Amino acid sequence: MNLGRATAVILGKELRTEFRSRELLGTTLVFVLIVLVLFSFTFNPTASESRRFGPGLLWLAFLFAGSLMLQPSFLREQTNDTLAALRLAPIDPFSILAGKMAANFLFLLLVELILLPVFAVLYNIAIIPVLAPLILVLALGTIGLATTGTVFSAVAAHARLRELLLPLLLLPVLAPVLIASTEATAGILRDPSDLSVVWLTFLASFDVIFLTAAWLVGEYLLEE
Amino acid sequence: MSDMETESTSAKFSRTAVSMPAILALFLLLAAGIYGALIKAPEEATMGLIQRIFYFHVSSAWSGLIAFILVFVGSVAYLRTRALKWDWFSVASAEVGVAFFSVVLVTGPIWAKPVWGIWWTWDARLTSSFLLWVLFVSYLILRTLVDEPERRAVVAAVFGIFAALDIPLVYFSIWWFRTQHPQPVVGDGGSLDPRMGRVLLLCWVATLGLMTLLIRVRYRLEALRAEVDALRMDASARSQRTPESVR
Repeated sequence: MNLGRATAVILGKELRTEFRSRELLGTTLVFVLIVLVLFSFTFNPTASESRRFGPGLLWLAFLFAGSLMLQPSFLREQTNDTLAALRLAPIDPFSILAGKMAANFLFLLLVELILLPVFAVLYNIAIIPVLAPLILVLALGTIGLATTGTVFSAVAAHARLRELLLPLLLLPVLAPVLIASTEATAGILRDPSDLSVVWLTFLASFDVIFLTAAWLVGEYLLEE
Repeated sequence: MSDMETESTSAKFSRTAVSMPAILALFLLLAAGIYGALIKAPEEATMGLIQRIFYFHVSSAWSGLIAFILVFVGSVAYLRTRALKWDWFSVASAEVGVAFFSVVLVTGPIWAKPVWGIWWTWDARLTSSFLLWVLFVSYLILRTLVDEPERRAVVAAVFGIFAALDIPLVYFSIWWFRTQHPQPVVGDGGSLDPRMGRVLLLCWVATLGLMTLLIRVRYRLEALRAEVDALRMDASARSQRTPESVR
């Protein structure tokens, strides 16, 4: 089975597992909502301040959500040692990682797309006219988040205190993503709206670098 | 592990232990660096005495960065060869790098308070140094939370590679984001007095020597630890076997 097909099969399995219970998506959605509400207490969100701080808050909330949501990605496989079964399959080991990355990317993007209008309403920011560039930035940032997050979920899976360890590993590595996507989002929401090519290129480079790195180390990560 | 092997590895360790002449040479080099930085180098016109912290501040940063690059080298080498010695090399380099960056993060504010009037500012270099320090502290924490040596070596190598790849990204993103640090005075367009440059070079060589020595000592400690663990497991396996063989 080639890499693309195997990845698609693993992706299908991940999506089926999640949509049978939908517990991960539901919990993460509420978590980000709570964070967004709590953020409003840290400053007085008038319109101008919202435009200044809003993008940062939004991305920080997504990063926190990702560092918690990606935890079960490999942990789920441990209960019945299903990762061993996956490894026995005659497929490229990277397709297991890639399938999980794709699934996590879709989960995160879905959460973000549901929360974006809520964020716009709560913080009084007009997003409809700039929806297309906004989704582009969301997608690029989320690829970086899902890629590193899935790899680190495998890294942390065998460690003690793994619930605490994953954010510890993930958040500092994702600092460049936070900066780049916050700046890009802020540029889009500014008046007049301005899509920063520098930050978009930066996000794309981050994604390419870490996808390649994940592809190179994937097989070592999955062995027992 | 057989007794023969144990003896031979111990012998190897004592041979590769840091030699007295090396320690002496390093001591002299550091002394010369300190003399150069505190006495020989000309006094900076506006900042005065406090500027002398710059020689060890900058050379620690450069050496620490090299140590972090060595973590990358060790991690890649471990994944390719599966020889645990590369894992020992990585953890030794990471710890020494964190130590050097701690020096950077402490000497920086000491200099900044009289010159800038504040201990800390969220400037590009300060922020990226801080972030690099946090990244490799996370690496060290990860290592303490995984018990099985092979597993620990693999996950630490993967994280080490990711963290090292993140260094230029952290640097560039924060650079574009904000900058207030004094612009580089070394290299093209720099305004560094050549006498100051020579002292800085001397201090850098001294800290590089210190870095090499510390990595060696730490590497040896890690190797001895692995040997002790192996012996302990061997002993416990034997003590479990004995009752049966007696019977």
